[in-house]
Order: sequence, then structure tokens, then C-alpha cells
Amino acid sequence: MDIFLQQIINGLTLGSVYAVVALGYTMVYGIIQLINFAHGEVVMIGAMVAFSVITALAGSGLPPLVILLIGVLAAIPVCMVVGYTMERVAYRPLRGAPRLAPLITAIGISIILQHVAMIIWSRNNLPFPQIIQVVPYHVTSTEDGATITNVQIAIITISVLMMAGLLFLVHRTKLGIAMRATSQNQMIAGLMGIDINRIIALTFVIGAGLGAVAGVMNGTYYGIAHYQMGFVLGLKAFPAAVLGGIGNLGGAMLGGVLLGLIEALGAGYVGDLTGGVFGSNYQDVFAFLVLIAVLVFRPEGLLGERVGDRA
Amino acid sequence: MSTTLLELRQLHVSYGGIKAVRGIDLHVEKGELVCLIGANGAGKSTTLKAICGLVPASKDSIHYAGRCIVGVASFQLVRQGLAMVPEGRGVFGQLTIEENLAMGAYVRSDSAKIRSDIERVFTLFPRLKERRRQAAGTLSGGEQQMLAIGRALLSRPTMLLLDEPSMGLAPIMVKKIFDTIRAIAAEGVTILLIEQNAKLALETANRGYVMESGEITLQGEAKTLLDDPKVRQAYLGEG
Repeated sequence: MDIFLQQIINGLTLGSVYAVVALGYTMVYGIIQLINFAHGEVVMIGAMVAFSVITALAGSGLPPLVILLIGVLAAIPVCMVVGYTMERVAYRPLRGAPRLAPLITAIGISIILQHVAMIIWSRNNLPFPQIIQVVPYHVTSTEDGATITNVQIAIITISVLMMAGLLFLVHRTKLGIAMRATSQNQMIAGLMGIDINRIIALTFVIGAGLGAVAGVMNGTYYGIAHYQMGFVLGLKAFPAAVLGGIGNLGGAMLGGVLLGLIEALGAGYVGDLTGGVFGSNYQDVFAFLVLIAVLVFRPEGLLGERVGDRA
Repeated sequence: MSTTLLELRQLHVSYGGIKAVRGIDLHVEKGELVCLIGANGAGKSTTLKAICGLVPASKDSIHYAGRCIVGVASFQLVRQGLAMVPEGRGVFGQLTIEENLAMGAYVRSDSAKIRSDIERVFTLFPRLKERRRQAAGTLSGGEQQMLAIGRALLSRPTMLLLDEPSMGLAPIMVKKIFDTIRAIAAEGVTILLIEQNAKLALETANRGYVMESGEITLQGEAKTLLDDPKVRQAYLGEG
């Protein structure tokens, strides 16, 4: 029972990071029907920038939380600039092109960003300085039972707050309504006076800002940053977005959390279930099993709508 | 100082290899209600799209409020007081009625006045008020047309372009929509109305243009056009 509870806690932590990254995919898809495969790299760059800042400040004597905050505040604008630039330079010129063109471009951008990161930060695993003391809290009365750490609590809390903030922005503000209007019909949105180029660019920028925070959370959680980490994260977050219904914000959140839980529980039990043939190193398989299952049985995703109504 | 608000000078539009509009001249004076009638495919909608910057127009061919607006993006025209109600209504089906109206007022920032303007639209179209929190896609065709017109009004336009407002609507709804168009014109909004329903359009407008195969073939006072034998024969179903 304790293993189960522990895996639920781990899964929720992992899942909240997936959810935040999945939002970046789903927002861009929602507005221009593009799967921005380079979004994972934006997340990676967020982790890298935070790594550099935190490493540089680790010996400065500043309080750990302040250092971490500076790291996040440095990562966010860098990622936003990267997000804006890729939209402006790579995707906007292809707005009217067949869908395959921007998709291949996205893969190209992803490769470029990986290699730029490799040149800047090397191909090594970069250990995050452990400036935050990890404190486990017991969630059950038994001494050796399941625990949740302060870092896990922080990751889950920050993710929930960001998701709530995004939902508020999209559903309660004029900018958010304009984003939804643009996603439904760009021509009509233009006739309302909405500068759709600006709205689309902003969507990339907001998604990249969320990705930056996700990158820092992922880096501090696992204690490691690597120039290919975005690729792996993207390969998780994308199925999460598809699971929830791509283009749907609530879906990305649900899909992310579910995928985190499936992975954690799968990793926790796959050894027992297969009599030791497969171990927890098969964790990564579950994301793709989910992706395949969704595509076969419910391609529109859990919360996805049928795309019939474009009246 | 002339009072011409919109002027087309030798407007040519071609796209997809087709010359849809072949050098038309048209003008709308401030406060006028002018209609552009013609059969399906005559180039009426293309003309309107060209004015709004949705299709490329020939050089120096469209002047609004004294300035050439060829090449100006449609979102910028709204700020200059030019609003359009597109063909097929084009409401945002997944946004609520209130959200659609809020988008109509996107270029404005005077929230108190926007609120009272939204209330005015609701007075004009009580059906919309009843369903204010409902997705616009659930409205009937006529209600969507009301919403599209109300939404365009929320930008407080100087000039309103209407593309086939009667299309696909029941006769009673058509009457209601045209009553509203007259009321809007009476408030001083300049209107260019595109219609296939020539009789209704000419009965509503001050002046009219008849378009055929991309060219203006007749123009004049709406009353005169209504009595013109050619118009009667071709568009009013009389022989």
C-alpha cells in the first residue's frame, strides 16, 4: 500500500511538470494547428539557463530560495525570446503553407536548439547544485511509509497556480477571449480589429514562459540538466496533450497528470507484474503505450471536441 | 471638402487567375445607405473583401476617409471606423454571445461605455440577452446574423459594410434584420449593403449599384433603379 501511495505522489509531481509542458503544445496547436516539436527544447533551455545562473550564484551567500527565484526569473525571459523568435522567423512565413512544411520546420528548429545548447553547455550531464535542502514529510503514520518532499509540494503547488492563472487568462480576460477567437477564425478575428500576428506570437511567448518554469522544476527535481532533456520531456508531454485532447487546455492538464500517474505506477509495478522480466527502467514505454492507445481508441482525446463546428 | 467617405476608383481584383472585379467606380457619401446588388458570382463579395483588405486590390483604388487604404490590414481598418459583417455571419461559434460582443469592442478600452453599448444591442435584439452566456454556435441563423450585426456595431463604426445579411434567413427574420439596418442608418452610420435580394435592398437604400460579371452596369437613386425596366426584368423577376 505504501508503494502505491508513494508512486501516486511521485506520479502527481511528474504529472504536474508534464501538464505544464503539455500546455505549451496544446496552446500553439489550439491557435494555429501546429505541433511545435521544438517546445521541448524551449523547456530544456529554461533548465539550462537556470542551471548556469544557480551555479554562478551558489557560492554567493544569497539565500537558496532567492537564488532559485533569480534562476527562474532569468530562464523565463530567455525562453520567451526563443519562443517569440521561432514563431517570427520559422513559423510565420509558413502560415499559408501545407501543414507538413511547418511540422518539418519544427523538427528542424528542435535540432538547431539542441545543438546550440550543446555548444553552449556541452554534451555532459550538468548537475544542479543542491542548494535546496530536500525535506521529506511522512504522509502516513508509519515511520518507513510514503513521503512527500518539500520540493514535490513546491512543484505541484507552482504547477497548479500556473494552470489556474492560464485558465483565468484564457477565459476571463479580453486577451484570452481574443486568443480563442483567433483560434476559431483568424479572418473574422482580424475584422474585429484583433492583430492576429500579435496574438499568435503572444501564445508562443506565454507557452514558452510556462515551459521555462517547467524546465527549472524538472531540473531541480532530478538534479540534472542535459541538452537532450527537452526531447525526452517533449516525447512525454506531447502524448499527454494528445491524451487530454490536443488544443484543449483542461485536457492538457488532465492528460499530463494522468500520464505522470500511469508512468509512476507502471514503473512501480511493472517488475512485479512481469515477474522481473521488465524493470522500472521501462518507465518511458508507458507514455507511448498511452499515445498509441489514444490514437487507436479515442483520437480526439479525453476532453477533445469533434472539430465539426466551424460555422 | 467633399463628404465622400468611401470611394472606389477603377478597382480591379483578381485572384486564383480569375478577374473577379474589372475596374469598378463606386462612392458612398457620409450618412448614405448604398446598396450593391447583382447575381451570385457578380463580384459583390469580392469587392467588399477588397475594401476590408482580405483580398489584394489594384493600386490606389480604394479610398476611405480621404486616404488610400489599399494594403492596410483589416485589423487596422476597424480602428479607423470601418466595420464589416461578413457573409455567412462568421460569429465565433464556441464563444458565448457576450464574448462575441466583447470581441466586437476589441479596439475600444472605455469599458463603462462598452457595457452600455452591449446593453443597447440587447435592447435591439432581446433574444441575444436571453442567451448571453450560451455558445454562439447554438443560435439560429437569424440570431447569428443579429449577433454579427450587434458585434459590428460595438466597434462604434463610422461605416458599416454588410455582406448578404438576408442570406439563408426566413422572411420574417429578413424583415427584422432590414428594420435594424434602417435604424442603424438613421443613427448616422454610413452603410454599404451587398445583397442578392435586389428588391429589398433597393427599397432600403438611398442609392444603388448593379454589378454584373465584375462590372458596374447600372447605378442611380434606389427608387429610379426600382423602376428601371432592366432591373425589373433581371433582378425583380418581372418580365
